[in-house]
Amino acid sequence: MNRPHPYLPNSVPEVKDGMMEAIGIKSIDDLYTDIPEALRFKGELDIPGPYTEAEVRELVSGTLEKDVGLRCPPFLGGGVWPHYVPSVVDEVVRRAEFLTSYTPYQPEISQGILQSIFEYQSLLCELLGMEVANASLYDWSSALGEAALLASRINHRDTVLVPYFISPKRLAVLKTYTEPAGMRAEKLDYDATTGQVEIEDLKEKVNDHTAAVYVETPSYLGFVEEGVEAMAEIAHGKDALFIAGVDPISLGLLKAPGDYGADLVIGEGQPLGNHMNYGGPLLGLFAAKHDNRVIRQMPGRIIGITETLEGGRRAYVMTLQTREQHIRREKATSNICSNEALCCVASAVYMSLLGPQGLRELGEVVTSRAHYAMRRMGKLPGVRAPMFNSYHFKEFTVGFRGTTAEAVNKSLISNRIQGGLSLAKEFPELGESALYCVTEMHTKKDIDMLVSGLMEVLEA
Amino acid sequence: MTLRKFRQADWDEPLIFELSHEGRVGFLPPKAEPEVVDAVDEVEELIPSEMLREKPPALPEVSEVDVLRHYIHLSQMNYGVDSGLIYPLGSCTMKYNPIINEVLAGHPRMLGAHPDQDPSTVQGVLEFMYNLRRGYLNVTGMDDATLQPAAGAHGEWTGIMLIRAYHKDRGELGKRTEIIIPDSAHGTNPASAAMGGFQIVEVLSGEDGCVDVEALKAVAGEKTAGLMLTNPNTLGIFDNKIAEISKIVHEAGGLMYYDGANLNAIMGKCRPGDMGFDVVHVNLHKTFATPHGGGGPGSGPVGVKSHLAGFLPVPTIEEKNGVYSLNYDKPKSIGKVHGYYGNVNVMLKAYAYMLTLGGTGLREASELSVLNSNYIARKLKDTRGLSLPYSPEKPRMHEAVLSAAKMNEETGVRALNIAKRLLDYGIHAPTIYFPQIVHEALMIEPTETESVEVLDDFIDAVKKISEMAYSKPEEVLKAPTNTAVGKLDEPRAAHPKTICLSWRRYCSLQRGE
Repeated sequence: MNRPHPYLPNSVPEVKDGMMEAIGIKSIDDLYTDIPEALRFKGELDIPGPYTEAEVRELVSGTLEKDVGLRCPPFLGGGVWPHYVPSVVDEVVRRAEFLTSYTPYQPEISQGILQSIFEYQSLLCELLGMEVANASLYDWSSALGEAALLASRINHRDTVLVPYFISPKRLAVLKTYTEPAGMRAEKLDYDATTGQVEIEDLKEKVNDHTAAVYVETPSYLGFVEEGVEAMAEIAHGKDALFIAGVDPISLGLLKAPGDYGADLVIGEGQPLGNHMNYGGPLLGLFAAKHDNRVIRQMPGRIIGITETLEGGRRAYVMTLQTREQHIRREKATSNICSNEALCCVASAVYMSLLGPQGLRELGEVVTSRAHYAMRRMGKLPGVRAPMFNSYHFKEFTVGFRGTTAEAVNKSLISNRIQGGLSLAKEFPELGESALYCVTEMHTKKDIDMLVSGLMEVLEA
Repeated sequence: MTLRKFRQADWDEPLIFELSHEGRVGFLPPKAEPEVVDAVDEVEELIPSEMLREKPPALPEVSEVDVLRHYIHLSQMNYGVDSGLIYPLGSCTMKYNPIINEVLAGHPRMLGAHPDQDPSTVQGVLEFMYNLRRGYLNVTGMDDATLQPAAGAHGEWTGIMLIRAYHKDRGELGKRTEIIIPDSAHGTNPASAAMGGFQIVEVLSGEDGCVDVEALKAVAGEKTAGLMLTNPNTLGIFDNKIAEISKIVHEAGGLMYYDGANLNAIMGKCRPGDMGFDVVHVNLHKTFATPHGGGGPGSGPVGVKSHLAGFLPVPTIEEKNGVYSLNYDKPKSIGKVHGYYGNVNVMLKAYAYMLTLGGTGLREASELSVLNSNYIARKLKDTRGLSLPYSPEKPRMHEAVLSAAKMNEETGVRALNIAKRLLDYGIHAPTIYFPQIVHEALMIEPTETESVEVLDDFIDAVKKISEMAYSKPEEVLKAPTNTAVGKLDEPRAAHPKTICLSWRRYCSLQRGE
């Protein structure tokens, strides 16, 4: 006899029979009479189980444990980075009241998530130097797609200028998002010495078709763009939007995009209290200045302050919903509905825990260790690190002579060390090279271990 | 009747900024080792001066315990399916979110995996994703799938992009400019189709609440790129003319898109792939029991029939001799829709859920979800002031939509007021005012994880509200009163003079700026 399932309280035969009797049916299939006979699924679904909880734990953990246990966090960045997640963050986002709630359609019973997301928006604005943030997009890449579409809705132009060294994955998403709108992305040249955007080329390429100029700092390859203020001016001179892409964890140390003229700021919020999770969930940042023209075009949920009707007490609601799909349908600013709300909460807790001092100190240790790694790696025979003469925050390019980036990684993996991402396919003009990332998760010992591992392969 | 005395916590919680005290910290980052400090320059010297932050961000300075308490307080001012009573939010499938899935999703191998790691180091993650995809194909009856979309609407748009690529490949995109969508559809359907560059043609529902086949025939034609449909539809009715609908659209040269928001009704009973659909998306955060996190993250995998497989986003996960790999070599692919592979942590929970239920359990879950919604519909449809519009004699699937139009006319109590009054009993409100084709709609989806006792409580609560509406309507109209805050001035939040979307703005409004 089948046992009742723990998730199915009405699977107990007497209960089920009683309910069927109450509504006057003899069998469950009496409820499925609208499904034509020919369309009914005969037989059983080919899905293993049901398993007990202990069996599922064993099965799923067993599968996950086929992953190689690395000796230290991977030296990988590029859009997802190993950063420490404080225990308080995990504790808060595990709370059932947050974790298992839906979008706050009923604000009176959902003030907790509404206030938390309002705080996320507010904290993020302080960090970015902006005035309005939405309640998240899926990731940095989709935020870039949405930002380009927003720019085009505002100025009815069709081109986005992007840096040469942009993540190919992010660029691919931008193209998918903007293709139906008839938009195109055009790359800006780079300075061969610094890797940074060639300002003269920007001046040449920006014109009446330019919807937006998009620049990232730190860049995909880790160097900081020094000419952002000038680039913003050039963009504005042609009435194009200036969109900045950022790694928010750098902003305890680096200039806020709101202070160098960004109209929109996007980026990846994963470093602020979210685990890497093999690339998702992530947290697409999206922020603007308090410009009504832009706010009315923003995609996604936005939480605002209001008051109770009685007593005028401060409270929080989803607002400006007339932009959104459930009201505007095909005329909505975006189709986004579910977003990454819980990742917003994680980031709010993270920013609150670290505060200005913590973020500054974190930035310092990250960049110090990254520079230590560059220095040590750069001294190895046949190795150049970094390949560009610019300030690098936590990621940097490493060039290899006499071996391939792939061979280097293979050898490191045999020592259970995950080296940087090979750039040989993404940017072949850089030769055999890789994108390395060092964060506060990598101790001096880890970096020294990496260097020993590299010596091993270089000497072989 | 066992209606409870519910009172939600109300901490009158300040904003985190208001808890700030200069010098406090909630977390200490590590310090660089002395050898590291000795080896590299001072940070101020490394960074070009024009890019150095001069003024620190005005973030709050709060101790660890105060941050923790603040957010725990806020959590207590929220309502979740695992902490509340019943969350019958129609179309959102708020079923129990099993704890074991959370435990597994917290596995260090899951949390700490970087998406660009060498595939040889992440065989376990790739294996479960591959197996989840296989189970997904079996439930939906499709041939291939991508797990990349991060949410349902993201999946819809991905599906629309696949339809776009299909017509483009056949040289027909120029003329196939229209997507047909019933008036009862989720708002995301027309929004996703518009983002995919299509015009929307709305087709009205017939008197039975299903697609009006004659109306469909009138609009289907050379311009048709596809039809987006959810079946069972948003009224909770299974459209039994689905085979004919598919035939009309296919004969016009269009493709069939299945919005899987309502899949929870039919697992193991019938499959979109067998109904004639070419593309489907499924919300893992609905049917496969992953928590919705107050708005996300979700996950919206998209399945296709073989004629669309070549257009799926890259990379796809492949298996050969027990070794899993990522394949980027798909020349006709629409490219990428997410920076990496989608919300993998969410997928892990869905995978664990699938195994816990197995094929037979998934079917039973669907059956009981349908039993539960019919139980509620049958017991509530004759409640004073309420009705079950559109084919009241037909069984409902996983959800049922009641109308409070009569009650509104007779007492002034609207669906909104019923929803707010339910909150006072510690019961989450159903979805209201959707689908738009029902006046004063209450869209109720109990899900299979609610016991009959809880369903009876819900039914009693609604009946009691109806009685109150006819005896003391003012009592209903003042709800909610047991929630953390009472009625809100929502227009104020959007008014240009009072709009306030951040703490910074709040401060300047307070200063009268």
